Amino acid sequence: MDFKGKSIISIRDLSRKQILRILEVAGALEQNPKPELLKGRVMATLFFEPSTRTRLSFESAMERLGGKVIGFADANISSTRKGESLRDTVKTVENYSDVIAMRHPLEGTARLASESVSIPVLNGGDGANQHPTQTLLDLYTIMKTQGKLDRLKVAMVGDLKYGRTVHSLAIALTLFGCQMYFVAPDSLKMPPYITEELKEKGIRYSEHGEIEEVIDKVNILYMTRIQKERFPDPSEYEKVKNVYVLKKDMLTNAKGNLRILHPLPRVNEIATEVDNTPYAVYFEQARNGIFVRQALLALVLGAVK
Amino acid sequence: MAQDKVQRVSAIKNGTVIDHIPPEATFKVLQILNLTNESITVGNNLSSKKMGLKGLVKISNKILTKEELNKIAVIAPHASVCAIKDYKVKNKFQLKLPEILENIITCFNPKCITRKEEVPTKFYVMKKRPLKIRCHYCERIFKKSEILIK
Repeated sequence: MDFKGKSIISIRDLSRKQILRILEVAGALEQNPKPELLKGRVMATLFFEPSTRTRLSFESAMERLGGKVIGFADANISSTRKGESLRDTVKTVENYSDVIAMRHPLEGTARLASESVSIPVLNGGDGANQHPTQTLLDLYTIMKTQGKLDRLKVAMVGDLKYGRTVHSLAIALTLFGCQMYFVAPDSLKMPPYITEELKEKGIRYSEHGEIEEVIDKVNILYMTRIQKERFPDPSEYEKVKNVYVLKKDMLTNAKGNLRILHPLPRVNEIATEVDNTPYAVYFEQARNGIFVRQALLALVLGAVK
Repeated sequence: MAQDKVQRVSAIKNGTVIDHIPPEATFKVLQILNLTNESITVGNNLSSKKMGLKGLVKISNKILTKEELNKIAVIAPHASVCAIKDYKVKNKFQLKLPEILENIITCFNPKCITRKEEVPTKFYVMKKRPLKIRCHYCERIFKKSEILIK
């Protein structure tokens, strides 16, 4: 299994074995930091859409491995504003760097970029489509807290219609035979193209309206924010914005190994009183993003086999 | 009985006959081929033993390209095609939907990069009946009613 030169565009491109290898390397880098592993290498971060977490996490991962970072964090300061095509932008940047990490509001951009250049491209989010490094860090967090990925019971809560993190996570978990519980209001249910895929793969799942219906049964509770910006009609957002709020007293009968994940940013869907319980791992989850991105950078640049 | 054998769509000397088109797709086939100079004969809602009703298109002096055949296969996957030379059938075959549809479909997703940049599109056929395809770029899945032929 050689990742050298490979782009990471979609969780669908990765096999179970490849995912486990990435998580293994992430674990090794967490245990034994390698501050000089990517010395002399340059990563370009092309963020055509604002992002704090993902961009800073990529940059921190590269810097902590001894590499350098160039790039932009806003399409308005790039030559896109002058009308340059995405392909021209990435072909130019290819000359300045060894790897590209990018985010773009249009779907399929990372795939197109990876086909236009000969250096690896890491997708940091393409519209509502894919965000594979988020999925990998979610999997790493699950693995770390549960000791395994196989046959876990995983609930996903909130905006399951527009949330790309839950779509990718559900697809990735099919590789590990997990049972899934989808908790969402009717207007934000998991889209049929995901549930149909689960059915085709023989994955057990169920749909629910309330967190209480599932909280005592699951190992992982994956909370999401209801994303205001995705709603075409603001009145529809008003109807569902406060529908799920996880409070401490709801955890009374939870399994001992239950862990609560959230891709962040959080608004009000997890009460702050939950933060200090042993169940909350969402800040650790954000930290895990560094190790997973370090692993990806090291693997695609051929510094680790 | 002899009267039944009268051809309702006249024969062509040279060109292509596309037969067994679902009646609702006959005019779409013409639209896809964007024929401007060729003489065309069209029959629709003709009775067919195989299909009940069918459409038929005869195009003089034109041999269809692979790309055109693939486009037709998307909307009329069971159509048959005959190449005609001197009123005789020279080559007859059944259309087959390819596994990958390259540059014959416009992505239905307005947020797909292929709608913004000049990129040849690519779709994977996930299911033939009912037709379900996935965009190589935005990864969205589309059903037959959402397919836009280029």
